Amino acid sequence: MSHLEKDSFGAKLGMWLFLFTEMLLFGGVFILYSVYLTRYPKEFGLGGHQLDLVYGATNTVVLLTSSLFAAMSVTAIKTGAKKLTLGLLSGTIGCAFIFLGIKYLEWSAKIHHGIYPNSPKLIAGPPGESIFFSLYYLTTGLHGIHVIVGAVLMSWTAVMVTKERINATDNVTLENVTLYWHLVDLVWIFIFPLYYLIL
Amino acid sequence: MSHETAMAEGGFWRDSGKTGIGAWIFSTDHKRIGLMYLYCVLGFFLVGAFLGFLIRLELMAPGPTIMTAQTYNAMFTVHGVVMIFLFIIPGIPASFGNLVLPIQLGARDVAFPRVNLFSWWLYAIGAIIVLTSLFTGGGAPDTGWTFYVPFSSRTTTNVSLAVFGVFVLGFSSILTGINFITTIHRMRAPGMTWTRIPLFTWSLYATAWVQVLATPIIAITLLLVVTERILGLGLFDPTRGGDPVMYQHMFWIYSHPAVYIMILPGMGVISDIIPVFSRKPIFGYKMIAFSSLAIAAAGSAVWGHHMYTSGMSDLGILVFSFLTFIVAIPSAIKVFNWVSTMYKGSISLEAPMLFALSFILLFSIGGLSGLILGAAATDIHVHDTHFVVGHFHYVMFGGTGFAFFAAAHYWLPKYFGRRYQEKPAIIGWVLMFIGFNILYFTMQVLGMEGMPRRYYDYLPEFARLNFVATVGSWIMLTGVAIVVWNLWRGLFKGEPFTGNPWGGASLEWSIATPPPTENFEEDPVVTHGPYDFKGAGVP
Ligand code: HEM
Ligand SMILES: [Cu+2]
Repeated sequence: MSHLEKDSFGAKLGMWLFLFTEMLLFGGVFILYSVYLTRYPKEFGLGGHQLDLVYGATNTVVLLTSSLFAAMSVTAIKTGAKKLTLGLLSGTIGCAFIFLGIKYLEWSAKIHHGIYPNSPKLIAGPPGESIFFSLYYLTTGLHGIHVIVGAVLMSWTAVMVTKERINATDNVTLENVTLYWHLVDLVWIFIFPLYYLIL
Repeated sequence: MSHETAMAEGGFWRDSGKTGIGAWIFSTDHKRIGLMYLYCVLGFFLVGAFLGFLIRLELMAPGPTIMTAQTYNAMFTVHGVVMIFLFIIPGIPASFGNLVLPIQLGARDVAFPRVNLFSWWLYAIGAIIVLTSLFTGGGAPDTGWTFYVPFSSRTTTNVSLAVFGVFVLGFSSILTGINFITTIHRMRAPGMTWTRIPLFTWSLYATAWVQVLATPIIAITLLLVVTERILGLGLFDPTRGGDPVMYQHMFWIYSHPAVYIMILPGMGVISDIIPVFSRKPIFGYKMIAFSSLAIAAAGSAVWGHHMYTSGMSDLGILVFSFLTFIVAIPSAIKVFNWVSTMYKGSISLEAPMLFALSFILLFSIGGLSGLILGAAATDIHVHDTHFVVGHFHYVMFGGTGFAFFAAAHYWLPKYFGRRYQEKPAIIGWVLMFIGFNILYFTMQVLGMEGMPRRYYDYLPEFARLNFVATVGSWIMLTGVAIVVWNLWRGLFKGEPFTGNPWGGASLEWSIATPPPTENFEEDPVVTHGPYDFKGAGVP
């Protein structure tokens, strides 16, 4: 195949491979989680109860909504509805900000209570508890960075849509960024039950 | 002398009309990117080899010789980091892969040329970060290239920065892998069926999958070391409920497969060179292609053989031991097929072939000593001794390192339009080969006798063999110097290299020398296999 015509299938293939590596990256943390869960089931349960279910559940809804907006934006651009696409993209970006805001409230409440990596309170407590919270900060922190990256990418695509560099016929970039966003969402769908809903 | 006047024909060196450094570091042409990788990789090889030489000098005699114990620790760490992450992992795939893979497929470039340039930038930035870590903060890391906790989370040397640099390098490796997989799936010329892909490109395909599937694990592991140092997470700290052996698992889940990132491309080079210099089609094409995938797959499940001594259940040891032996099968298939290819061939012993032949021998020695390490009973005896160091140098340097030089002699004239001189190449090769065996075989014997690795000092009874090994390192490095000098001089000033002097049948030999920017004037239609010399019209 000559390189002159744009190969959108190839672009998507590349993106899928990349998303796969992202899943494996989080997979590393989840391996640690599962090993330490079998070692400290009781402490993990107690740790989970200290997390705020309302914050967590709200954020889950926010992210799912954002994913819906993102998916709809792809349909919209394919029909050439530029305004609608931009509206939906802003919806996604807005949700990203809400998510990060809630995360900020949640983290600061915990830190306020002396629960953060290496804090005197955790060091004094049982080892399994400090492992739980270390993993919690690590996973949600890493996920938070992905949310930020995703929001930046979304904003960049919005600019491209405005300039009509992404349009009804040439929109694989938007599709790929949306795929990335779905991944961010998907990872959260794992994080939420593992940390917030654990018995 | 500038490149422009040096290049016989012009080709991609001149095509664009652009000159100066900007035309290189911002170029998305896979050939320019490949050469930029090559220069960096070769540079780091020489730096790493010099450090190896200093390590050997220190070990020449018992007691302090030329450096302090702390310097020694930094020295073997930096040697390992440079050789592994800056030389051997990107070595063949990023440099020769970029140079050769698209052309062998009949494509004009890789699938994502801009991502390709970005990978090179990441490589350069990662390398700069690693180098910065040596001279700033608390000084060069002293943990060994494996960054084992708990020491790596406590030492005051500049581990965080070095580890972050390696993280960036890993990202570069992942992107190269994604690019190659997509290129191979989407950009093959008409007629380039899966069974007509040259074996070098096949090996890169298997390698790319390992790069994509294993590297993320090291990425997260290294991030954990950094967070451990900065935030004190305690995830690997036994006093806080963590488990240092978890670090070792995660590290080797990547780093054992990474061994195949290092060796598979080397095997691919050899599979391409042997038939050309034996004037015979390769024996068992499908077996070789398939065994690359088999090695990549089976090799992903054997990481535990690095940890027999760190406390593992007997069942675990048994399983890992068994799996490790399984990997030997596809490797042996390859060796068998190369030897069969040569059988009754008309062999011409030019430089690329000499390096290829020595690859087979040295890799076999390395592989056999690997079996000794794979069997738990014997591993417990030689674990963390010089035997291990000898083993992996046989595989990595005797294998991949020699394949790297084979590739350099085989392909580079194609891209420069000039060639090296044959005689110095052979003299250099002889010295490398002899010095190599004196150096590393002696190390294996020392290990058998119980000399540990990464020790600054040793018992007097090891003095004689250590002296021999050090002399071996001088011979080998003299050979390396001659080979590199001869290549360098030849490629810029040597006799013109035109047409298809080696008589290769894969696509890269069908285009102009040096190749034009777009590789092919017209998209080729492939009608014969890469080792079908008659079909290609090669006499
Ligand atoms: C060119 C000449 C070379 C010499 C003289 C040399 C010598 C040495 C020596 C003496 C050690 C120290 C062993 C110890 O006490 O642990 C060592 C370690 C090592 N070398 Fe080399 N080497 C050379 C080339 C290479 C190459 C080409 C590679 C990789 C492709 C390589 C990779 C390593 C690694 C990974 C270690 C382990 C460091 C560690 O134990 O942490 N070396 N080398
Ligand atoms: Cu291994």
